[in-house]
Amino acid sequence: MNLTRTDVEEILKLLDASPYDELELETDRFKLTLRRAAAPSSGWTQTSETKSSAQAGKATAQPAASAAMARADDGTVPVRAPLIGTFYRAPKPGAPPCVEVGSTVSHETVVGIVETMKLMNSVNAGTAGVVTAIEAADGEFVEQDHVLMRVRPAR
Amino acid sequence: MRQIRRLLIANRGEIALRIIRTCRSLGIETVLAASEADLDSVPTRLADRTICIGPPPPARSYLDIEGVVAAALETRVDAVHPGYGFLSENAAFAERCRHAGLVFIGPDVAQLRAVGDKLEARRQAVAAGLPVVPGGAVASHADAEALGREIGTPLLVKAVAGGGGRGMKRVRSPEVLAETLDLAMSEAKAAFGDSRVFLERFIDAGRHVEVQLLGDGEAVIHLGDRDCSVQRRYQKLIEEAPAPSLSDGLRARVHAAAVTFGRHLRYRGLGTVEFLVDSAGGKFYFLEMNARIQVEHPVTEMITGLDLVAEQIAVAEGRPLRLGQGDIAWRGHAVECRINAEDAHQDFRPSPGTITTAVFPAGAGIRVDSHIEAHARVPPFYDSLLAKLITHRPTRTEALAAMQGALANCRISGVISNTALLGDIVADADFVRGGVDTAWLGGWLTKAGKHATQG
Repeated sequence: MNLTRTDVEEILKLLDASPYDELELETDRFKLTLRRAAAPSSGWTQTSETKSSAQAGKATAQPAASAAMARADDGTVPVRAPLIGTFYRAPKPGAPPCVEVGSTVSHETVVGIVETMKLMNSVNAGTAGVVTAIEAADGEFVEQDHVLMRVRPAR
Repeated sequence: MRQIRRLLIANRGEIALRIIRTCRSLGIETVLAASEADLDSVPTRLADRTICIGPPPPARSYLDIEGVVAAALETRVDAVHPGYGFLSENAAFAERCRHAGLVFIGPDVAQLRAVGDKLEARRQAVAAGLPVVPGGAVASHADAEALGREIGTPLLVKAVAGGGGRGMKRVRSPEVLAETLDLAMSEAKAAFGDSRVFLERFIDAGRHVEVQLLGDGEAVIHLGDRDCSVQRRYQKLIEEAPAPSLSDGLRARVHAAAVTFGRHLRYRGLGTVEFLVDSAGGKFYFLEMNARIQVEHPVTEMITGLDLVAEQIAVAEGRPLRLGQGDIAWRGHAVECRINAEDAHQDFRPSPGTITTAVFPAGAGIRVDSHIEAHARVPPFYDSLLAKLITHRPTRTEALAAMQGALANCRISGVISNTALLGDIVADADFVRGGVDTAWLGGWLTKAGKHATQG
């Protein structure tokens, strides 16, 4: 059995309510590590988790995305780079940016693109609401989990 | 004729290493043009000299025409080998080399223009009498909608300057045509600096069969065929030579069509003519020509016993072909697996990073083309190819069995690789039977994904 998104969300709630910044959960089936803040960056190289099995790798991937949604003090939710690469605000060169400050977005709205290893990866807003800040510049090289923009969730 | 004594390699990774090896055997001195991200790579240690051509992003290093030419002039080389990708099929670069008095290892500028622009290549193919897939150019959403209605879905959006499967996307229904067009144009602009695209009817159940050509501007010969049907999103994953389950008659017609096209262009250099083959119906269509050395060239080298880089350099020096068609003989069967830094469990997400372990197989009939070693960096700026594993045996069955063993003896850690996935594909009954089409891997992956969720 795999860890479902609901499981992860419940665990996240526990973490949110706790005074700790980090939670490590290890069972026979999986190993889960949750951190309140983004992982420290180490230049452009990214060391991946190699000890965990593919199954555990799968389990940790979801919470990383969910943990990234943790709200900031001002009530906005960061939109983070899904992977290391070059951030582009527009779907193609010369086209208007996907979103601007003030744009209304849904979970699935594509707010930009991260180019990694010659592949264009869409960045979804992940939160329904209004874009309040765009923090990464067009063409900027970003680490995984780098905050690209902020969204104020719709009530 | 101009003998090449010193050569600049304007590329990186395994192909840079591959070119260095041939140059060493020919007594040619090598200068490696490397970006800042590649200054500590294995190719820099094997090249006679390395010159830094700029920061990591390709546009500011490997794709910087003036920067590469300046590096060539500064190091006083006779020639530039562009490898594959980057500037390898860039006519402006070839022209700039010629003006700077440098030999460009590749076809002449007119030929690069004729086949580098996929629409022009289609026109040339029609002129040479080759069958092509229905389609045409589009410049806007309106154009695309009109032509899309005419040729129907599913269809393909292809980059005019494309190649290597980049900027090529399948459109299943008219509603997604506009957004697919945007994404394809974006990828084309990033990969080739040219966002023009065209549409082509998508032919279901086709196999990707290509023919290796070698020409000196007068004579053109073929070095046999390869099957590259095992693809995911138009990225080849496994290639083999010769193409399995092809009737002798159809194989001969495909070879003849490729040679006809090469002669029509009076082709000089190493090139590949790609065809979409409907093996059941006995029909085939011209897809495109790649005017460069290809990633999968080792399978042809294994079964012909030739060094294609050496032949490429010889014709670039202005020598006539050293081989006639009658000199080419094929022996046994060769298979190549591309080991990529990507995570098959997360929709093939690229996995850049630092290699911690790199152990490759060795033995009779096993060849490994790789620039990877422990501590090597896999930068996020370039493609995800880590290694090419090639096996060569008297029969296909034996070559596939050898590949299973070779993959099992391969250990790469530090980044996530597709080694396990390749092992599963090579062991699959349909693949082992031979002759799968280009849609096969997509279906296989969906099925494999289902099994994973259920298990």
